This record gives sequence, C-alpha cells and structure tokens, in this order.
Amino acid sequence: MTTAAAARAVDVWKVYGSGEAQVVALRGISVDLARGQFTAIMGPSGSGKSTLMHCLAGLDSVTRGQVYIGGTELTGLGDAGLTRLRRDQVGFVFQQFNLLPTLSAQENITLPLAIAGRKPDPMWFDTVIDTIGLRDRLGHRPSQLSGGQQQRVACARALLGKPEVVFADEPTGNLDSRSGAEVLGFLRRSVREFGQTVVMVTHDPNAASYADRVVFLGDGQIVAELADPDAEAVLDTMKRLDVLGTVA
Amino acid sequence: MLRATFASLLARKLRLILSGLAVVLGVMFVSGAFVLTDTLGRSFEGLFSTVYSQTDVQVAGKPKIEVDELEGAPIPANVPADLVERIEDKVPGVADAVGLAEADGARVIGKNGKVIASLGPPRLGANWTGESDMITLRPGSKAPTAENEIAMNAGLAKTGGFNVGDEIAVLTLEPKKTFKLVGIFGYSNDRDSIGGATVVAFTTPVAQQLMLGEKDVYSAIRVKAAPGVTPEELRDRIAAELGPDYVVKTGDQLATETTDSFRRGLGFFNNILLGFAGVALFVGIFLILNTFSIIVAQRTRELALMRAVGASRRQVIGSVLVEALVIGLVASVLGLGAGIGVGALLAFVFGQMAGGLALAGIGVPVAAVVSAFTVGLLVTLVAAVLPAIRASRIPPVAALQDSAIPDKPLTRVTIAGALTLTAGGAALALGLSGNAGDATLWTVLAGVLVSFVGVALLTPLLARPVVSVLGRLFSWSVPGKLGRLNSGRNPRRTAITAAALMVGIALVIGVNVILTSATKSFDRLAANQVHAEIYISGEQSGPLPPTFDAAVLDRAGSTPGVAKVTGAYLDRAIVNGTKPDFVVAVHDIAAARDIFALTPAEGSLDTLGEGQLVLDAESATQIGGVHAGDRVSIQLTRGEAETYTVAGIYQDNDVISGIFVPESAAKNFAVPQPFQAFVQLAPGASITDVLPRIEALLADSPEVSASDRSAFIAQQTRQFDTILTMIQILLALAILIAVLGIVNTLALSVLERTRELGLLRAIGLRRAQTMRMITVESMVISVFGALLGVAVGTGLGTAVVRALRDEGFTDLAFPWSQMALYLVLAALVGVVAAVLPAIRAARVDVLNAIAYE
Repeated sequence: MTTAAAARAVDVWKVYGSGEAQVVALRGISVDLARGQFTAIMGPSGSGKSTLMHCLAGLDSVTRGQVYIGGTELTGLGDAGLTRLRRDQVGFVFQQFNLLPTLSAQENITLPLAIAGRKPDPMWFDTVIDTIGLRDRLGHRPSQLSGGQQQRVACARALLGKPEVVFADEPTGNLDSRSGAEVLGFLRRSVREFGQTVVMVTHDPNAASYADRVVFLGDGQIVAELADPDAEAVLDTMKRLDVLGTVA
Repeated sequence: MLRATFASLLARKLRLILSGLAVVLGVMFVSGAFVLTDTLGRSFEGLFSTVYSQTDVQVAGKPKIEVDELEGAPIPANVPADLVERIEDKVPGVADAVGLAEADGARVIGKNGKVIASLGPPRLGANWTGESDMITLRPGSKAPTAENEIAMNAGLAKTGGFNVGDEIAVLTLEPKKTFKLVGIFGYSNDRDSIGGATVVAFTTPVAQQLMLGEKDVYSAIRVKAAPGVTPEELRDRIAAELGPDYVVKTGDQLATETTDSFRRGLGFFNNILLGFAGVALFVGIFLILNTFSIIVAQRTRELALMRAVGASRRQVIGSVLVEALVIGLVASVLGLGAGIGVGALLAFVFGQMAGGLALAGIGVPVAAVVSAFTVGLLVTLVAAVLPAIRASRIPPVAALQDSAIPDKPLTRVTIAGALTLTAGGAALALGLSGNAGDATLWTVLAGVLVSFVGVALLTPLLARPVVSVLGRLFSWSVPGKLGRLNSGRNPRRTAITAAALMVGIALVIGVNVILTSATKSFDRLAANQVHAEIYISGEQSGPLPPTFDAAVLDRAGSTPGVAKVTGAYLDRAIVNGTKPDFVVAVHDIAAARDIFALTPAEGSLDTLGEGQLVLDAESATQIGGVHAGDRVSIQLTRGEAETYTVAGIYQDNDVISGIFVPESAAKNFAVPQPFQAFVQLAPGASITDVLPRIEALLADSPEVSASDRSAFIAQQTRQFDTILTMIQILLALAILIAVLGIVNTLALSVLERTRELGLLRAIGLRRAQTMRMITVESMVISVFGALLGVAVGTGLGTAVVRALRDEGFTDLAFPWSQMALYLVLAALVGVVAAVLPAIRAARVDVLNAIAYE
C-alpha cells in the first residue's frame, strides 16, 4: 500500500439497473491518483468519467471493487461515515458553482468548516483568499458576483479545509475562456504551491492541459494516459481514440 | 428530463392535496354542522312525538310571562283541579281527562350527597298518573300511594344506583325532603328514559305542592278522545267550552311546536358552528393563495412560453382558475362526505351525552350539499384569483430569461395593508362605539375580518426584521443559522404562512384578554365594593339556578360572628307592561344597602315592606321615569299582576342594579328559593371560625356552597374557562389548517432547494443537521405567526375591553401565561410541521441534486 496515492480505485465496477435495462458504467477500473498531483479525467459523454469521480468522492456507491481516500476505504461506509469523510477529507467544485444564495462569499467559503464545527486556520484562510484574489468581495452575496468569481469562491471553499482530494466536475463548463483560465490557473497553483491533490473531470482539451496527468476513459475503462500534456497532445489523443472507437 | 417533469408533477400533486385538504376540512365543518343540526332536529321530532303520544288534547294555563327559547321555557299558569271534571262533564267526546302536576326542577340528591346533574334534559317532578301503553312499572315495584312515597324512571335509578326501598332526598320548590322509593318504571320498547329526562313521580297532592307550589291545581290536563272523535274536533270543543283563558292544543300540535322551538335553538347553535367554519375557511384561503402563488412562480417559464406563442392574458387566467375549480370541486365532494361522517358522529356523541337521545336516521339536508359546494368552490376561486392575475402579468420574454423575476418591492402591498387595516379598525371602532345600531355584531365581525386581511398584507414587511430577530434564538448552530436565513428568504411566502396561523391564535387570545379583564374587573369590584366576607352561591348547570333553603338566611343571621346577611331570589317579571326583565326579592334590604354600599337617590332603603319596591336610577328611567311614592305594576311568574309602591331609588353603581321586591314576593317566583347570599362578619370575627358554621347550615342544600371571596370569584368566573375551552376546540381546525400551510410551504422550500440541499450534503452536512435546518425554518415561521396572533389578539381584546369600560370592564388584564403557552405551542407545532419536509430534505439524493444532465 503506497501512501503516495491520495485516492485509489481498485477494480471498480458500477452497474445501473438490472436485466434488459442494465447499464455498465464502469468496467473494472483501477487507478491511483498520486498525492500532490493535478489529474484530469477525460472521455466522451457516457464514458463513465463523471461516474468514476462520484464513486471516488464517496457520492455514489460502487457495485464491485474498492475505493480509498487517503488510508480510508469508502466501500462499506454508511451514510454517516461517508458524510464525515466528505466533510473532512474531500473538497468539491461543481460546474454550477452551487453556492448558497443566502450566505456571503466568506460564509460560503467557511461553510464546510462551520458545519464540522471547526475554525479556519487564519493564516491559511488569508493565503487562500489572496490566491483567489477576492478579498474585497468577501461580504458580497453570490448573486452580486460574476460566474468566474463565484467559481473561485467555490474553489476556495473546497481548499480551505485542506482536504485529501479536491474533486472538480467540469469546473469551467459554465465560464467564458478568460474566467475559465483563472479558475484552472488557481487549481494548478494550489497543486504546485500548496501540494493539494486535485482531480478534475472535463471534456475540454484546453482545460486538461493544465493537469499533470490526463486519464482517458472510454466505455467504462481506462483507454489512455498522458503525462504533462499540452492541449495539442490531448487533442491528438482524443482524435486517435475517436478513430479507434469508430473502427472498433 | 422526463424524470424531472414527473418528479415535479408528483410534487405538485402533493401540494394540491395539501391545499385541497384545507378546503376539505372547511367544507367538512360546514356540512357537518348542517348534518348534525338536521339529525338532532329530527331526533327531537321523534322524541316529542313520543312524549305526546298519549295525548290527544292538552289543556294548560297561559304563561304569565312569555320568554323565547334562548332564555328558557315559559312556565304555564296552573289550572284549577276541578277543570278536569268540567272537561269530562261538559265536553262531549272525552274518553278520559287526567290532571298533570308536572314541572322541571325535581333535583334528586345522589349517594355522594351531590345533586344528580343534567346536561340539558329536564329533571321532571310529576304526579303518578298510573301505568299506560307507554309507562310500565318494573318488576318488584308499586305505584306511590302515600305522601312519603315516590317512583322514578329506570334511567334515573340506574344513574343514582337506587333500588326500591331506598331513602331518596329530593329538592323541589321546597327545600330538601326525603322519600321512600317504592316504584321504578320504564317506557315502551324497554326504554329507561325518554331523551335522557329524569322523572320523579309523587302522589298527586305532593306533586301539586312541591312542583307547582299550590294545592288543588294542575300544570296541564291531558285529554283522551272517545272513539270516533278526532283530536282536532275535541280540541275545538274544549276551547269553546273553556274560553280564551286556556291554551288548548292537540298532541301533534304540541310535538310540532316543541320541536320547532328546539329547532330554533339548534339553528342558533348551527350559526355558531358556521362562524367557526368561516374562520377555518378564511385561514384556508391563505393556504390556497400561497400554493397557487408558488405554482405560478414555478411555472413562470411555461406560462411565459404560452404567452410567447400567442395565449392571451385571459387564457392564462382561465387556465389557473380552471385548476382551482377542479380542486374546489374535488375538495367539496370529499368535504361533504367527511362532513356527513363527522355530523353523524357528533350527533351520536351528543345523543349519548344528553343521556340517550334516540337518534333519527342520518340525513343530508339540501342546505348541507348546497353550502358545501358553494363554500368549497368560492373559497378556492377567491384564493386563486390573485395568483391567476399575477400569472397573466408574466411577460413573454420571461420564457427566454434564465433567472426568475425578482421579488417586487413590498411598497404596494404594505400601503394596501395599511389602508385595509385602517378600514378594519374604523369598522371595529364604529361597531364597538355602539353607534352601529342593529348591525353592531356584523360591523364588529367585519372589522375583525378586514383587520386580519390588513395585518396579513403588512406581514411581509414585518417578516424580515421579526424573522431575523426570532431566528437569532436558533443561530447558535450552523443548521440553525441556515434555517433562519431560509425563512427570511421569501418574506411574502413566510408572511402568508404565518398570517394563517395568526388568525386562530389572535381570536383565542382576544377572547382571553376580554375574559381575563372581566375576571380582574369582577375581582376588583367584589374586593372594593362588596362588604361581605362569606358568599353563598352555586354554579348554574341547567335552566334553573342552583338554590338553597330560605331558612338558611335567618339562621346565618343569628350565627355568632355574623353582623349582617342579605340574600337574593331571582326571577323574570313584567314591570309596567314592558318586556320581561329580572327582578330580585331581597332578604333584609338594609343589610343589602350596607353590604353593597348603596346610596339612596330618592326615598329610603331602610325597609322594604309588603307591596313596596326599590330600584336603581337607570331602571327607574327605563320603566317610564318613576319616582319615590309612584306605583308600579309587576307581573311575576305566578299569581296575578300586583301594584307596588316605590319606596326608594338607589344611585347607579358598578356592582348591582335592578328592581328589588320584598322577600315575601318570592312565593310567586318560578323558584321561590334564594340563589345567593352575602354574609358580613361582625368586627373581630374571623372567617376561619365563621365559615364552617355557615357551611354547616348548608348541609341540606347541596347545590350551593359557602366560600370566601377568592373562591366565590373563581366559582363565578369558572364558566369563562368553559367558554375559552369551547372556543379553543372550535378554533383548533383553523389552527390545524394553518399548520398544513406551514407543511406546504416547507415542502415547497425543500423542493425548490434540492440543489442546495444536495450541495450541503456533499460538503458534509449530516442528515440530522439537514433536518434541524428545516425544523428551525419551520419554528421561525410558526413562532412568528403566534407572535402576530398574540399581538393582534391583544389589540382586539384591548379594543373591546376599552369599549366596554362603561359596562363594568374597569380593568384591562392580559393572560400572560396563556400567551407564553401559545408561543411555546407554536414552537412545538413548528417542530411537528417540519417532520415530513425534513425527512424529505434529509433523503435528498446528493448525486441527483448536484449532477447536471
């Protein structure tokens, strides 16, 4: 057991429905997501990339196999255990920002810690806030912030608790390219400078190019991997897989 | 997408059911009231046709004083005993004429020493007229033949646990007398009683003396027609023979008239029930209004799309109203069905409570059906009109915009609320000032109703600050804080939900303020202006007041430690030909003068001789401006009209008013026994010494007790508690509907915030915390509603108390503990209302809530 992996999937299967209507979303995926790395998961629609992320993050159960976050095995944990795990060891960034409209930016950022009954480390809080560059906007409500700003608040919320892993689900899907670049740059900085582990699901090659490693999924299996990619290489791999898929 | 649509449809169905339920409950109350009163009415019809089944024709004296059914039954004048022979001898076609000496007021003392109570049916004392088709003696018993023998109906014997041979004490027009029970009788079809009435049968002379107060008289004569003679023919012959001094009626006529009189009483009862149903429906309107507003808000895009593709405003309004119509119709049908069930159940309970009223079959009167549909449809449509108009105002461009239309500012609704409240307040003021004439009650009611609407319109403005302050109580935890923020999120919705709860609580608190003030005023009056230490009185439980042996008055007066005693006998009388009013026969007018601190305005209050009276200045003016020395004619329940001389007039005061006649006049009262007495102690005497001596005097008068001032006040105001309990029971429905409203609003909030809930769960909010969040939101809304209710109720109650200052409401007092109780209850109600929505919120599937597809 290497402690280097922040999250691990071992022969994970995910099957929806039964009988005729049975859909196999994941077919025996095994993957180690190294600590302090920025990993992108790519794949066409229906490839199982979101399912994989949900299973890794403890949002969804697996049909077979094991999932670990840090040293904890998720499979077999009940709702209370999973909730505590999500609260303490996982951070989320969603496509739809998902901020609470009734709370200010600052309250949104500290919400997970408040729920856990913990106080944020003030130095770390300052660092995170300065990194997202929204210090003058902390008192604003989400409705008073732009989409990019809201997503940066969501990123700060995910990072503040120093989770084992931050999962980002299409974080730039609803943003224009400039705001998207800001958010991605911020995620990459958190990996480089703070040693955070980030796992991002995306279908945007440009977004994937920010990652240290890209894992390609197709039909519920890992079909390719790239290390330190640029957008060009990602696009090439996607085209190649597309052709392969067509041939197959 | 299909799944989402399906889910939203399902959710909407739930909401429609919830708001429909409000209408169902309201309609149930309305139709239930009609079914209940109709069933009871027909049961009484059956009862009285049984009672008069042995009577072809009945002859009675004209009552000296006519009273209507809400004030009690008129007491017919006695007829001379020889009238029986006159009818038998002079009128052809009479098979049999029997003199009856029967009256209400034979109170049997049970084995526990207390009078066997009646919850309505009369406690008759009568002469034994022999067995008949209807009445048969049970085995082992015989008819009363000696002065000290009685028979009683089997129902009474069972209640009291009496057997033949027992010694039975009975209170009648005379003080307690003891008899030997020799007979127990039942009725045809093996019944123990007719409609729960108890009957004590004496020998005829005893019944005449004890029940009618005179020898050789009857209360009525029951005549049976000879074969071939119809009751109507016989009636006309007897009437012709006896002339206009007697009331001659057939048994059928009597049954119909008595039933009609009961029906009028039931009609009054029905109106009270309908009033409470009105409150429940009024609250229901809030709930439906809220539901439709929310449905319209959620369908904004759909409706905008309809508008964009060419639907007219009218069509949009129509589509919302049709929906309301369908709900109203379904709810009316269900409500009518439930109402029939509830009406039948209540009729059964009522029949049991009244001591076994044989129920006629359950019927559904046309009024029940008509009112069910009218009320159900009207309420739903009225509630849907505003949301429908709002729906029609959605601009077509809303279909293209992503964000919801922001909440309109509250300026307009606040101004409307202020104006409505002012109008309501003005109507209330007009009604309470007594300047509205005959329409006083309606003006006051309309004022209250309009004021409620006004306050409801003002609530959104109040919601934000009040909810924020209230919520602080719960903000010590993160879920609590989130709940507080959520409840302040949509002030209109929170406000309407809370306003619905306000209505019921405001009415309860309003009545409570009035009753508390009345008690306080009464207390102060007794403390300051009644110079008596010991009070003899009882609690009225039937049509006749509780009374005691007149001899107690004299004996109390000569008890060591007693300085003065005054006692009062009460009856109605016609004074100078005006409508019946109360007169009081006074024991020792000089003592009364001192104890009540009466000051003479004219004449003297020292003595009250035979044929003299004293009265208050206001009454003197009312009966035509009489002065000391003037003559006044008084017709009492018994005897002929007599002329009294005004001996004195006392100044108006807060404690007592009315016409006082000498104690000797009480022999012609309906009940010739005192009902209250006031004892002033001699200087230096201690109440703890004297009270037991007075109590000892009352051993044979179990209907009353001797008490100190605080116990007396508690006894006299105990009926306030009963009134309040009744009102609370009847308003429970309105409060229940308001709780449904809270459930509805919360269920909706949960639905609208599925995504947020999913997020909160994803970032680590536990299920229990999620539930706590919803519960806090619920509690904030319900406590807000209760606060509003307490505030508005206090305002209403204060207005009434202030307006009645001249009627003796000298003090304004608030029922603090009740108010606190209602706030605590509201918090509990909030917890209960939150249960289902909270479970739903906790079950939100994290993945579905945040995944986008």
